[in-house]
Amino acid sequence: MQLEFTPEELAFRDQVRAFIADKYPAQVRAKQDAGIELAKDDYLLWHRIVAKQGWSVPGWPVEYGGTGWSATERHIWAEELQRADTAPIIAFSTNLVGPVIYTFGTPEQKARFLPRIVAGDDWWCQGYSEPGAGSDLASLQTRAAREGDHYIVNGQKTWTTLAQHADWGFFLVRTDPSARKQAGISFLLIDMQSPGVTVRPIITLDGAHEVNEVWLEDVKVPVENRVYEENKGWTCAKMLLAHERSGIALVAHSKVALGKLRKLAATVGPPGRRLADDPIFRRKLTEIEVELTALEYTELRFLAAENAGKAPGVEVSMLKIRGTEIHQRMNELALEALGSHASLRVSRATAHELGADAVAVPGAIGVADTYFNMRKLSIFGGSNEIQRNILAKAVLGL
Amino acid sequence: MDFNFTAEQQMLRDTVARYFADHYDFGQRQAMVRSAAGWRPGVWRGLAADIGVLGAPFSEALGGLGGGAIENLVVMEEIGRALVIEPYLDTVVLGGALLRRWNTPRAHELIGQVIAGEARFAFAQLEPGSAYDLADVGTVAAASGGEWRISGLKDAVRGAPFATHLIVTARTDGGRHDRDGVSAFLVTCGAAGVSLREYPTVDGSRAADIRFEGAVGEPIGEAGRGFALLEAAVDEGVAALCAEAVGVMRRLLSDTVEYTKQRRQFDAPIAANQALQHRMVDMYIAVEQAVSMTYMATLKLDRPAQERIRAVAAAKVQVGKALRFVGQGAIQLHGGMGMTNELAISHYFKRATMLESQLGSVDHHAARIEQCDAAN
Repeated sequence: MQLEFTPEELAFRDQVRAFIADKYPAQVRAKQDAGIELAKDDYLLWHRIVAKQGWSVPGWPVEYGGTGWSATERHIWAEELQRADTAPIIAFSTNLVGPVIYTFGTPEQKARFLPRIVAGDDWWCQGYSEPGAGSDLASLQTRAAREGDHYIVNGQKTWTTLAQHADWGFFLVRTDPSARKQAGISFLLIDMQSPGVTVRPIITLDGAHEVNEVWLEDVKVPVENRVYEENKGWTCAKMLLAHERSGIALVAHSKVALGKLRKLAATVGPPGRRLADDPIFRRKLTEIEVELTALEYTELRFLAAENAGKAPGVEVSMLKIRGTEIHQRMNELALEALGSHASLRVSRATAHELGADAVAVPGAIGVADTYFNMRKLSIFGGSNEIQRNILAKAVLGL
Repeated sequence: MDFNFTAEQQMLRDTVARYFADHYDFGQRQAMVRSAAGWRPGVWRGLAADIGVLGAPFSEALGGLGGGAIENLVVMEEIGRALVIEPYLDTVVLGGALLRRWNTPRAHELIGQVIAGEARFAFAQLEPGSAYDLADVGTVAAASGGEWRISGLKDAVRGAPFATHLIVTARTDGGRHDRDGVSAFLVTCGAAGVSLREYPTVDGSRAADIRFEGAVGEPIGEAGRGFALLEAAVDEGVAALCAEAVGVMRRLLSDTVEYTKQRRQFDAPIAANQALQHRMVDMYIAVEQAVSMTYMATLKLDRPAQERIRAVAAAKVQVGKALRFVGQGAIQLHGGMGMTNELAISHYFKRATMLESQLGSVDHHAARIEQCDAAN
């Protein structure tokens, strides 16, 4: 056993860190600092810079644009991106639909879609959840009826993240209504500009427009846009569950959040009686830091196992559960630190219009909204309750 | 970065596990706990002579197996798993750490006795009115005629009835909470001026309250200037206790999972209930976090003091909380059976409970982390 990264891995980390520091677009950073919501072009600008470096899809096979990095190198990359608080590379494109296409797609589909994902030319959204199909995804009702060379798709998807930016969507649809559950589902790629596709915003409790409803009314989808066999779409969906988990524990994100929290606690309260000096609040920080350390080393254990050729299975659900719980605790503590000072109803989208110095406690902008928004962490990507079901069954054999 | 055990370490684990499987099943343990002696010298001799494990963390030059902290971790985890009361922690880990760092011919002689199973230590640190702060020492060491004479009262000295020597923290000078003036002294059991009041502990071991009245003590290192040495050795002990805790908790979890699969109510195994499943998943997660922290702390024992303290203290905080969560969950999910003295589970729970505070509670170690924060 040994804790350290190798000198080569440390050199890699320095290289990655220098690349991000050097190349991250200043105008995007300025928007983030001012609390301005990022536009589609902001995300893609960064994506294209990363793509130019050849790093936009590190986990992919090299032949499709992957980097050939080890699990540790992919981990370091994911951590450094979180540490630098960069605009995320759109995971729906690079981590979700891309791997499905290179695993199950036809040569034509691979040639048509993969290079554009790598380059950041297309933005993909995920059409999975429906009003009646959340955790129980396989109960989805969106119908795709075959008519010659096309499917005619009708139905409603929901919680579709950033669909307002999407060029393409990957959808799970029911192609055999008589089959039971998973058996009659197909995986379709749908051009979001197709007639009959309507994207309607869902405004979340923090006032943000992050998710959408997507309505599909007689949308014509060429059969060539179906990935894998008809009625075998569930196989594609399942494959995604096992793919790319780098960064799932949000360790670097939470470290950044903890650093901000400590700074905040050092400014709240009168001089000499700062919150940071309060033994009760300090203990809360100590406890969450300890839990974060435990999660960090748990993630590193999984990583070491993967490097030794023993890729962890569903145990990584633990990283999702603890990672989201810990991150949410950080948001909670920031809110606790500010209390009523954080009650200002200024959405992140408009906070910059007030100007930072127009607010009595500048650090208070967005703290409550972030707390509200981050409640999603334990809900999306398979709720933490579903993750516990998975662990109960697969790890404990219950 | 690597969290795998070497083939030798795996072999050590197998050897120790097999030895305990053969000599230390739950029935044998309970018979021993109830016996007059309260322990089995034969087991200790076997650990020394049959499998040579008492030399695990010592160099081959000193007659050991050439291992270190990871070997202690391996042995302690198996000790936890089998609920072993023999004093490996105080003798080999904590005592061994002091002797290795002392590193004199006398220390090497004592290490030889430890490896041979002839020397067994108990750590006399707590005093009535003191807690886990190693500098909080009222027991006095006074120089007299070329010797150090120890006087004071120590309580809850775990394993003292089985020990050949006591490792006593005492003060040569300074105020009650000063680090300067504190060091560890070795006192021979049965020496003049040492009187033990022995009693059983709730977790199956024996302990004693000990009165020292001018007992001769041999300073480990420089008398009165041994705080740093003591703190480093105790940190090795804390990391090893975390490993014991991991062994205890793995057993608490696996017994609980098995029990809920067997136990039927309402015509189904109680494990079919989601409320129980999720509780067991949370216990599993707690165990895995404890494992991670135990590895981390063990691998940081040789780092500079501040880094070591942070790592070890953080591990004990995490492990201490896990012990309570996993222990209470195990009893709860065993229902009434968990309340009986008959099943092993309740004995693992009792050990888990006492491990929470041994060598420092969650609150104590959280405060150590905060002291590191304040020092920066």
